Amino acid sequence: MNEAVKLNQSERLEFQLEQIEPPKRHHWILDLFIQLVKTKPLGAFGGLLVLCMVITAVLAPVIAPYGPDEIHGEKVVQPPSSTFVFGTDALARDVFSRIVYGARVSLMVGFGAVGLSILLSTIIGILSGYIGGFFDTVIQRCVDAIMSFPWLIIMLTVMAILGPGIRNVILALALAGFASGSRVVRGAVLTIKESEYVMAAKAIGCKQWMVIFRHILPNVAAPIIVLGTLGLGNAILAEAALSFLGFGVPPPAPSLGRMLSGDGLDYMLQAPGLAVFPGLAISITVFGFNMLGDALRDLLDPKLTGGLGGRN
Amino acid sequence: MRKYVIRRVLLLVPTVILLSFLVFGIIRLIPGDAVELMVSEGGFADDTKELREMLGLDQPIFVQYFKYMKGVFKGDLGISLWSGEPVLSEISRRLPISFELALMALIWTFLLGIPIGVISALKQDTGTDYALRSFAIAGLSIPGFWIATLILVFGAIWFKWVPPMDYIPFREDPIQNLSQLVVPSLVLSLALSAGIMRMTRTMMLEVMREDYIRTARAKGLTGWTVVIRHSLKNAMIPVVSIMGIQLAFLVGGTVIMESIFVLPGMGKYLLDAITWRDYPVIQGINLFICTLIITINLCVDLLYGFLDPRIRYR
Repeated sequence: MNEAVKLNQSERLEFQLEQIEPPKRHHWILDLFIQLVKTKPLGAFGGLLVLCMVITAVLAPVIAPYGPDEIHGEKVVQPPSSTFVFGTDALARDVFSRIVYGARVSLMVGFGAVGLSILLSTIIGILSGYIGGFFDTVIQRCVDAIMSFPWLIIMLTVMAILGPGIRNVILALALAGFASGSRVVRGAVLTIKESEYVMAAKAIGCKQWMVIFRHILPNVAAPIIVLGTLGLGNAILAEAALSFLGFGVPPPAPSLGRMLSGDGLDYMLQAPGLAVFPGLAISITVFGFNMLGDALRDLLDPKLTGGLGGRN
Repeated sequence: MRKYVIRRVLLLVPTVILLSFLVFGIIRLIPGDAVELMVSEGGFADDTKELREMLGLDQPIFVQYFKYMKGVFKGDLGISLWSGEPVLSEISRRLPISFELALMALIWTFLLGIPIGVISALKQDTGTDYALRSFAIAGLSIPGFWIATLILVFGAIWFKWVPPMDYIPFREDPIQNLSQLVVPSLVLSLALSAGIMRMTRTMMLEVMREDYIRTARAKGLTGWTVVIRHSLKNAMIPVVSIMGIQLAFLVGGTVIMESIFVLPGMGKYLLDAITWRDYPVIQGINLFICTLIITINLCVDLLYGFLDPRIRYR
């Protein structure tokens, strides 16, 4: 056991030494991008899908031919045509425009929730891993307790308490996801804490906060990026599920999940497109994030586990 | 082994206590206006003061907690505001349905996930492998409720198939009951089996590089004997352990499937309770499900320690 650890540390040292003077070094994000396109074409494809979705969401008013709530007279539940590419829904609204604006809502909720959840994970993970001892034990038992709640149950319960609203959905998603993220960050911190450069920093008298911000935080960036990318896919799926069940984004805002909800089943039988297109939009977006996240995980941190373990 | 069991069980105690704080704390977070809403919309009581008394919110918080926990140990999870029935008896009536659905989904998961994972590992880096792996990522990306909706819509359009509206218990008509659960459990298992498939593939690849596999081949065992008797058996150990993680997901999935296919299980009960803001029920179900999950996770851990002796000495 001990031997294995020692070997790992010396390997790691070698690896760090190699990293000190690389031949020509661009910014690491550019490096990562080049490596992604070269070695992980599927991941790059995922990234392209994500980029398309982000552009769609940002440029929604330009791309969508109509407003999301614009009602087109009597043209209720129409099949796809040249005027309405994906047809119209039960309230005579253009389905394509609603999907474009729905993607905007999905991504907004996704980025909001993941941002908040990563922030919580990072703070808790770093403090728990860095301080260690009794504090770590207490925090980890709390994390255990939170992680034994199924994600959907946490979200539903939080929504039941807070009531509907986009902000509450974001909060519910973040609360459902931060615990497992903090575990991953803590794991990374535990390894980094023992490394030579952290010891060196402490030895020359760096203040605690400086060690955390200058040495620990930049080095947990890799797992955090992977967590975030895979988390975005999860968050978009979770928001869709929540809205599908009727507890997510409230009605005036277009939501891809709610467009599929059971109340519309009769209309879907008349125009199956109503059931097909919103689900397709969700799936493509999440597929993109998952492919990208998987590739980033392989590139940045092959040892990182978890992530796509089990969710919908 | 005994030491390991004792340590695992002791580790559980603080988690369960924290969990009870969490579940109990949740109802205390209800904002004041929610109580008013419960009076005006739910009609649970004449005024907020009465409702607060009914929920026990007028007493000091630790008194409330000990009172509640005392009830829990006696098997009393509180009374539903909506139906006036004890929460535990409602749960025990609905639990078998959710349990059956989850169990069937698990069976599908193993039937689909493990063979696909093994094939993918054996054909590593071929077209088959890429196709199966893309299929797995798709399985993780496509929402289960969308697949279920598509089955409902296109089943009705193409085959005139409509799922039965009334739930038939297993005791009344086993065949009818099972056929009713086939579709929801299969949809539920898709994402789960994708996860299991990926895990099986990774573990198979790792195990197949071990010396004992080469030994087995060297002594002349045929391909499939090596794959099943030597590789799969050892690769299965971590796969069993991630089932524990999948469990929490499985519960969420049953909630969605029960809602789509109108099955009167626990998930449907929870959704109804949330719609009616029936807080004692929400609290009771939360406590029940989490305790159940922690207990099953403990069993998985113990099983894991039993299967893999190395774990016990960590």
